[in-house]
Amino acid sequence: MRSVKKKGVFGDLRESFIHRLFQASGMLAILILAGILALLIYTSVPAFKEIGFKEFLTSTRWDPTSPEKPEYGFLSMLASTVMITMGAMLLAFPLGVAVASYLSDVASPRVREIVKPIVELLAAIPSVVVGFIGLTLVGPFLARIFNLSNGLNALNGSLLLAIMALPTIISISEDSLNAVPAAYSEASLALGANVWQTLIKIKIPAAASGIIASLMLGMGRAIGETMTVLMATGNARAFPHGFLQSVRTLTANIAIELGEVPFFSTHYYALFALGLVLFLITFFINLSADVILEKQKRKLQ
Amino acid sequence: MKTSVRKSRKNSKSQLTQFLGFLVLRLSVYLVLFVLIYFLYDVLSHGSKVISWEFLSQAPRKGMTEGGIFPAIFGTFLVTLITAAVAVPLGMAAAIYLNEYARAGRLTRLIRLSIRNLAGVPSVVYGLFGVILFVNLLKLGTSLLSAGLTLALLTLPWTITASEEALKTVPDSYREGALALGATRWQMIRTNVLPYSIPGMLTGAILGLARAAGETAPIMFTGVAFYLPFLPASLKDQFMALPYHLYVMATQHHSLDRAKSLAYGTALVLIVFVILFNLTAVIIRSRLRRKWKN
Repeated sequence: MRSVKKKGVFGDLRESFIHRLFQASGMLAILILAGILALLIYTSVPAFKEIGFKEFLTSTRWDPTSPEKPEYGFLSMLASTVMITMGAMLLAFPLGVAVASYLSDVASPRVREIVKPIVELLAAIPSVVVGFIGLTLVGPFLARIFNLSNGLNALNGSLLLAIMALPTIISISEDSLNAVPAAYSEASLALGANVWQTLIKIKIPAAASGIIASLMLGMGRAIGETMTVLMATGNARAFPHGFLQSVRTLTANIAIELGEVPFFSTHYYALFALGLVLFLITFFINLSADVILEKQKRKLQ
Repeated sequence: MKTSVRKSRKNSKSQLTQFLGFLVLRLSVYLVLFVLIYFLYDVLSHGSKVISWEFLSQAPRKGMTEGGIFPAIFGTFLVTLITAAVAVPLGMAAAIYLNEYARAGRLTRLIRLSIRNLAGVPSVVYGLFGVILFVNLLKLGTSLLSAGLTLALLTLPWTITASEEALKTVPDSYREGALALGATRWQMIRTNVLPYSIPGMLTGAILGLARAAGETAPIMFTGVAFYLPFLPASLKDQFMALPYHLYVMATQHHSLDRAKSLAYGTALVLIVFVILFNLTAVIIRSRLRRKWKN
């Protein structure tokens, strides 16, 4: 009865109103993403006007508080970010793909049920706690091994970021391996190949694009990570020359300096310009990973 | 004869490769588990020495070298509450749109693409966005409200995804039943979809909020304070928070050695908090799965 009463023009209006309301919440996601980009650009423009693109993009010196000549070059920080991320991926990618292969093709369902939540738990540890562990556990350990005064350096950051990127790499790689049609491995096994050969020669190549996407998503996560590198890498401003040196990443620099700058100064705008760079890098990495995953999905269907 | 010998030799060789290959994979898993367990053990063994009722229930004293972390626990609780109030309803609404209303098309694809990309935006960029939008443009200042809203934006993609997963578990026959009886779409959602998906949605929301509560970079410049002698009394006040407190105690404190042992306590509280939330979610989820199977 109730439903009959509410129909008619009034009911239709109500329905379409509710529909629009939900649609608006969905579109909010687009609005937020566009809003972040727009506000970052808007706030970076004064920085580029005052500093100039050339200095920002080509100088390795970032010294906004220099009394003689403040300089705003982002290259050293970009190099540090790239270096730490690459180091992290060198460690995390082989390890992550190995764990993913184990979970998808070797482990019994029971082992999988136990290991998967533990890996997810790894993803849930707050980055500030990981940074704290880098400071108190990994740092002294590295200092002892390499005979350094302290272990706050790029290597420490890479080790921690590797751990933080692992859950992403594992879960996306495992999903891609599981998405390979059963017929592929059945055909291989029927021809006399064993499970290992099937994994190496059939499944991993078939899932390759998804595995690459997992690498990219892990990279995106590592590049954007702030607290961990802030606490574990020592934050020296110089251009990085080796993994045993203290480095300062884009994220760490924003976190260190944003608390100290006067609002609406050149320095303040310059930090937003760094944020814009960071946003664009992670955006394009994530977007490419997304495109790769979509393509793979269509191919394997 | 000859071929079969060659074949068996080849077989035993490939079996050896398989054995070694599996060994490498297994060792990788052990390595990951070892690292996680060692981390947890380290924080637990140092942190448990500090944890006491006093530590959890009192304010810091003597320049944060003594006393407890109650204001930080309370602040994290408050800011998470604000985050939840904004991100959970919005996330649910967006998920309902995507799963119940949206047709496949360009708009839907764009929404999904935005959600996935929002999930990849670095947390410090959310912090910058919060500073410019909430603190400066909307003039909310560095406050509980600014920080809570910033965290809500960060959490939104996770709550949308989790809510959509929950909606997907409701069988289509439930929807068809309602529609066949003449229910409108909203009536169908209200009576035949939401009651069955809300527990799953809340589980996802809990996980998202647990992650938000552990974030530092987004609140660092939007409202959190180094130390406050009083608890926040309004949405416009600054607050202390567990993750930032840990950062301060570990790196910014004037007497780091004394602060560090207390920092282990804060780290342990954060970890226990996260594990409890995750466990709750895992248990609820497996119960729900069993329910749907029957």
